[in-house]
Amino acid sequence: MALDLNLDVALKYLPFLLTGVSTTFEYTALSFIFGCILGLLIALGRISKSAVFRTPCLAYIDFIRGTPLLAQIYLIHFGFPQIFGYKPVGYIDALVALSLNSAAYMAEIYRAGIESIDRGQMEAARSLGMTYGQAMRYVILPQAFRRVIPPMGNEFIALLKESSLVSVIGMEDLMMKSNMMAGRSFRAFEAYFTSALIYLALTLTFTRLLGRIERRMKTDGRS
Amino acid sequence: MVEVRNLHKKFGELHVLKGLNVEVKKGEVLVIIGPSGSGKSTFLRCLNHLELPTEGEVIIDGVNLEDRRTNINHVRRWVGMVFQHFNLFPHLTALQNITLAPTKVLGMAEEDAKREGMELLRKVGLRDKADAYPEQLSGGQKQRVAIARALAMKPKLMLFDEPTSALDPEMIGEVLEVMRNLAMEGMTMIVVSHEMGFAREVADRIMLLADGVIVEEGSPKQFFTNPRQERTKLFLSKIL
Repeated sequence: MALDLNLDVALKYLPFLLTGVSTTFEYTALSFIFGCILGLLIALGRISKSAVFRTPCLAYIDFIRGTPLLAQIYLIHFGFPQIFGYKPVGYIDALVALSLNSAAYMAEIYRAGIESIDRGQMEAARSLGMTYGQAMRYVILPQAFRRVIPPMGNEFIALLKESSLVSVIGMEDLMMKSNMMAGRSFRAFEAYFTSALIYLALTLTFTRLLGRIERRMKTDGRS
Repeated sequence: MVEVRNLHKKFGELHVLKGLNVEVKKGEVLVIIGPSGSGKSTFLRCLNHLELPTEGEVIIDGVNLEDRRTNINHVRRWVGMVFQHFNLFPHLTALQNITLAPTKVLGMAEEDAKREGMELLRKVGLRDKADAYPEQLSGGQKQRVAIARALAMKPKLMLFDEPTSALDPEMIGEVLEVMRNLAMEGMTMIVVSHEMGFAREVADRIMLLADGVIVEEGSPKQFFTNPRQERTKLFLSKIL
């Protein structure tokens, strides 16, 4: 039995698929940046001694990590516009959903990084008269940032893959382009396998890049 | 300079400090000794509120730390602390470790802080290590940088929490030397230490703390040659 495989179609549509890569990359990079910023704030709230900050941050992290990203995308794109009565904008909703999602995971990465710093560092900083905020800013966070770079990189790669879910609300990322290719060419295997290979190429590239950054940090010394 | 009244500290059920009354005059060097778990470090940490007393009050240079209007951050500016494990900031150079607090807390200009920082490094004999990171320093060097870091805030009182306990024996001397000089300059110091030679030579007063109470206190001469309490004799016989 001969396999019904058509490589020519894959090659023909490759440039078309690649136009989706920039969109995928855009969503990934932007939501990663927003996630980094928002995640830090949530992490600081999460470790706060005050329940006023801690409880909502904890609830947020639990909710986001305990529900599917797909459900979150639907909720933001279809749910909120319905109850608040506004017109959804796919591009923004996709970005908001991905950013809010990655922020929760980032928050836990930051928290782990901050809590890995020896307690004596905070005590030494406080004993010099620094406020909690100053100690965090000048002593704890600079050390924590170094430690969170590897898990942050992994989060970036996870985000790159998960951004494919924005195709369900019509965003023309790599995933959506492969949907379109499958529809136009009637070659589902070639369409999805080619896009899968492109995702793989992207994640492998970033994994190796991350490995290099980590190695450089190690030779740099200074934990 | 320091007045402690009826200081109690409990960690849950554990009653660590049981009503301490301590007074330290300006320029005085008090060395606190005692078996491990006796509450020495806890006592010291109550003096800058790294631990909050359960009961009693701590008054430093006329400022009552237990007063709700007291801003502890302001008090800590002039109460220096040196830790057993140095707690240097590993991401900063020796000089940056020293200049961080003066610039960020006191708002001192970077240049002035650097100049004073270099002067302090010279004082602790580490002028050539200004740009070294903590991991590049030996234990004794780290502790001397940590002392310089505390001194950069121009403290009126210095607290030393077993400053030589984590050091290799050959490095203890260089740290004690710095402390000895500091004492001679008239710094008020409270030192938790097991260095009996240092205590005998530098201390104005020695205090034995055991099971959360002050067993005995007195001048080094009286303390070592003619202890009054059996508990003191027992302790001294074990360590001398």
